[in-house]
Amino acid sequence: MSFPGKESQPVHVLERVGFQVRAGEFVCIVGPSGCGKSTLLNVLGGFLKETKGDVRVEGARVTGPDPGRIFVFQENGVFPWLTVEQNVGFGLWRKSARERAERVRHYVEMVGLAGFERSYPRELSGGMRQRVEIARALAADARMLFMDEPFGALDFLTRLKMRADLVRIWQAEKKTILFVTHDIEEAVQLADRVLVMTKRPATIQAEVAIDLPRPRDLDSPGYLAARDRIFELMGMDAHGSFVAAT
Amino acid sequence: MTAIATSRPVGRTTLALALPLLTAAVLIAGWHAAVVASGSDLFPKPYEVVNGIVELAERGLLVKYVVASLFRVTWGFSLAVLVGVPLGLVLGWFRPAYLALNPLIQVLRPISPIAWIPVAILWFGIEDTAPIFLIFLASVFPITVSAMAAVQNMQQVYLRAAKNFGLTGLPLFARVILPAALPQILTGIRIALGVAWLVVVAAEMIAVQSGLGYLINDARNAGKRYDLVVAGMVLIGLVGLVLDLLVRRLERFDSVRWGYGQR
Repeated sequence: MSFPGKESQPVHVLERVGFQVRAGEFVCIVGPSGCGKSTLLNVLGGFLKETKGDVRVEGARVTGPDPGRIFVFQENGVFPWLTVEQNVGFGLWRKSARERAERVRHYVEMVGLAGFERSYPRELSGGMRQRVEIARALAADARMLFMDEPFGALDFLTRLKMRADLVRIWQAEKKTILFVTHDIEEAVQLADRVLVMTKRPATIQAEVAIDLPRPRDLDSPGYLAARDRIFELMGMDAHGSFVAAT
Repeated sequence: MTAIATSRPVGRTTLALALPLLTAAVLIAGWHAAVVASGSDLFPKPYEVVNGIVELAERGLLVKYVVASLFRVTWGFSLAVLVGVPLGLVLGWFRPAYLALNPLIQVLRPISPIAWIPVAILWFGIEDTAPIFLIFLASVFPITVSAMAAVQNMQQVYLRAAKNFGLTGLPLFARVILPAALPQILTGIRIALGVAWLVVVAAEMIAVQSGLGYLINDARNAGKRYDLVVAGMVLIGLVGLVLDLLVRRLERFDSVRWGYGQR
């Protein structure tokens, strides 16, 4: 797909991107920065219109945003004028007050924010705000979560904790997760399958299945092999040196 | 360590009270000295202004004039909020409405409300309607423009999240666009109230027979009572201060506090 660029020269961002995701699968998309990973996710989410081609999710053409596919944004889309519980219940206005309260309580607890129901986002840390956003998506009963570098703005330790919690929540909820990141380690820690994208115009270069039990041991040979394989696919080794022959 | 830690906030509040009082004392002393030195028998000394305020209170004019001015501001300003906020939201959201009306607004906005006084008298006579119209005109533009800019500069992520949850039309406006714009709208409202209070005084000098603006003009015309002129000025300043403090309190509500930077 392309976008109108400067001087009406269209910029080709994505080309011939085709992949399949099974229901309940956790798929990470990695690629060099600026390659179009976020663009791809936005097209799938219905926030951007493709110029050529056809985007189908669950057999139907994507024509716009859909409550069945909730986005979790890197820049945090939690509404600052609402409390934690009002945010988590945001997508539930069609439900009865009782069911709404029930779901809000359940998901606030699941993401570990019990006791903060009446707090405002400005009173929370960055990691806690991302937890609110994840709870909001889960409470709305989306079938798929589209996560665009959701932990990118968090510090290292918070990021590790958030990954572990996300895996726990995903195992409990059986949602399909499409997770975009530039962090190869993050992808290998989280995903069933990692899609590796090339530079622009981006296409999917390879698929790496991560067939390792969870919680994952970050020192196990299987983990390291998968990580190094992806580094290699992206033209680098794990120590940051460029590999000549790829 | 503990002594310093506990005494510091106390020291600060004392300072925050003492310094403005000191400034006021120096200014009032300087004022008194300047009037004495100049030998003017028209310009009042500070205590004569205080006596003037007391005299106004005794004649029942103090409350009457302050209420008259506040009455006009309340009407003109409330109308401006009722028109300006929805108009600004619509202009900020619908591009064609913005293209059609924004040039007109930008031409009308720099015309001083004072310039409208003759027109207001022609249209509304010397009733309360004329100053109310002028106050409305003066405050509707800052409110409209701030609401418009608030919607245009809104963080896109809120809009995208809202659309993701299937919000469209009026619920989208009520649940996301308005609350996202509210902090900036409130700032516009605060500016507008300040302008409204400036304009009521000017309007009352010409169009009506009551209010603090009328008091100033009347005191000068009827016997050069400059003590009452300055008394009127002091009252205008004090009421303006109270109005601003009241609007500032609105900015502390949880639904808008996020919009004013980190604490």
